[in-house]
Amino acid sequence: MSSRPTLPAGLRLDARKTRPLQQPLHAAPAPQVAVLALDQGSGESAEPTVAVGARVGIGTRVARAVGAAATDLHSPVAGVVVEIAARPTVTGAGRCISIENDATDMRDPALLPVDWRSLDASSLLDRLRGAGIAGLGGAAFPAANKLALARASAAAHLVLNGAECEPWICCDDALMRERAADVVLGSQVMLAACGATHCTIALEDDKPEAAAAIAAAIAAARDDRVELIELPAIYPLGAERQLVEAVTGREVPHDELPPAVGVVCQNVGTAAAVARFVGTGEPVVSRIVTVTGSGVTRAGNVEVRIGTPITDLIAACGGYQGDPARLIVGGAMTGRSLSSDIVPTTKAVNCVVVATPADLTIRGLEMPCIRCGDCATACPARLLPQQLHRAAQAEDRNALAQLGLADCIECGCCDYVCPSQIPLTARFHAARLQLQLHEADRQRAAAARERFERRERRLAEQAEAERLAFEAARRRARGAGPT
Amino acid sequence: MSGATLLPAVGLAAGLAAVIGTALGWAASRLQPDAGSLVERIDRLLPQTQCGQCQFPGCRPYAAAIASGTAEIDRCPPGGEATVRALATLLGREPRPVDPRFGPTKARQVAVIDEERCIGCALCLPACPVDAIIGAPRFMHTVIEAQCTGCELCLPPCPVDCIVMRAPTDAHQ
Repeated sequence: MSSRPTLPAGLRLDARKTRPLQQPLHAAPAPQVAVLALDQGSGESAEPTVAVGARVGIGTRVARAVGAAATDLHSPVAGVVVEIAARPTVTGAGRCISIENDATDMRDPALLPVDWRSLDASSLLDRLRGAGIAGLGGAAFPAANKLALARASAAAHLVLNGAECEPWICCDDALMRERAADVVLGSQVMLAACGATHCTIALEDDKPEAAAAIAAAIAAARDDRVELIELPAIYPLGAERQLVEAVTGREVPHDELPPAVGVVCQNVGTAAAVARFVGTGEPVVSRIVTVTGSGVTRAGNVEVRIGTPITDLIAACGGYQGDPARLIVGGAMTGRSLSSDIVPTTKAVNCVVVATPADLTIRGLEMPCIRCGDCATACPARLLPQQLHRAAQAEDRNALAQLGLADCIECGCCDYVCPSQIPLTARFHAARLQLQLHEADRQRAAAARERFERRERRLAEQAEAERLAFEAARRRARGAGPT
Repeated sequence: MSGATLLPAVGLAAGLAAVIGTALGWAASRLQPDAGSLVERIDRLLPQTQCGQCQFPGCRPYAAAIASGTAEIDRCPPGGEATVRALATLLGREPRPVDPRFGPTKARQVAVIDEERCIGCALCLPACPVDAIIGAPRFMHTVIEAQCTGCELCLPPCPVDCIVMRAPTDAHQ
């Protein structure tokens, strides 16, 4: 890159990635029962295509996406579908397909390598969609739909996100170190699918091993459309809008998506999943998860079948140790605490932190805002958190909307720097939910009003018609009656 | 300073006062505050349950009563405190608690027909202010959850008490 574009504001956080990266990538044993959540984390559920009792192999499709944000699901084990019912999941609870593993590890015989070079873009996109390729960075949004949008808006630049800015997560780092060739092959397939002309694989300068591996893989592929860029390790550089701006120098308008500035962004893990699919025909049935924190015996990066309970995943890392105090899925900054370890992994689970009290910072007593402005300096979305906080406390919906609450990416930077220890991100999240509820109420009221008014009109018309009919009948009766 | 030098200034001030006074008087008589649009703005703040708990036959008649000053702003239990506050802000009045004589304030509910017990009498259909019940005589009835405002007006006509109020399902929260 000739010029270094502007970097987002943000924080330099102490990375805690060395311990899991000391171990090579290893595979967790397949679960006894794989539990596939129909909503893998994108907020939209797929529809089951199998019934209880169906025999499935590894890679057999078990659910199909109906809406644009859901992904197709495939069995991660060979066995029998034993239940389709609501179960606890990472996001709370939702319908899940449970498949009992018969330990044969038989692959679905219909899975064949894909000759992607001979396919046209739309059939390639269909194949990727059918393979359940979803954003493995943590959003689990179907990759094919994002690529199709990029194609429709003629985005020329594919950015592969290898910027793993959360201090605990290193699954993409491990993947790039060990499967760099897959990442590069995946980028080539994605270029063919979305019609972009060049691809930038972006990662931070605190991952020299991964950068070396990717550079070697690019050289081996002899593809000058693919380049590598190393950016300073600033949190949250791995957030899509922030990364696009750092790589291209163009800011994505707040009400638009990256294709508006000619860019489509995908995770490096997603690219590796694409490479595996075209090479072996295998859909997304596993992913790499960082298992870390002082409360787990052997921290490491583990390749795990989707649907493996988190308790099995921790068992594969030697189980709990010490005094585990909190179980967090996702990173320390944006992850969520789990109340139980029986929930299954999904395509969106990139990291499990078993935190002991030593890992956790206990939040102090909340003090009043002193208007120091540190939060505004840290905010990578260029918002004014102190003003937002004031508006949130006053429940001033207009001010919240005007100050750009909808553009908050809930990265937690403002929280982290606040000297008064105000839980800003949690407040903004709550305010956002409040706004959504209020908007839903407003829409419902408008619809009810419309229906009420139509009904009133209809009743008035009916009454009028009846009156006219009655008068006409009376006139007839008078005319025909005896005189 | 003599009176003669003050004369033009006094004259100017008097002239201005006359002109502005005439203009304001004309404006006050011709440009009445738009009562219709005030009713409309009040109506938009009401929850549109059309339940009649305020003793008016629907939200709009209540809005008209508020606008004309014949009803207080504390008569809407479904709207609760939030609606009273919004009305108070709009009208420049002091917010006050919802008057409990008009009913308890509770979370939104929707009507659900127990299809086992419904006899298909069709008596609940005309009671619904938003046409949210589908059915016909001697056919089973059902409530369209997305359209139900939770007004409870369908409960009294039901001869077999097969309609219950329930929390909305997740999709219609």
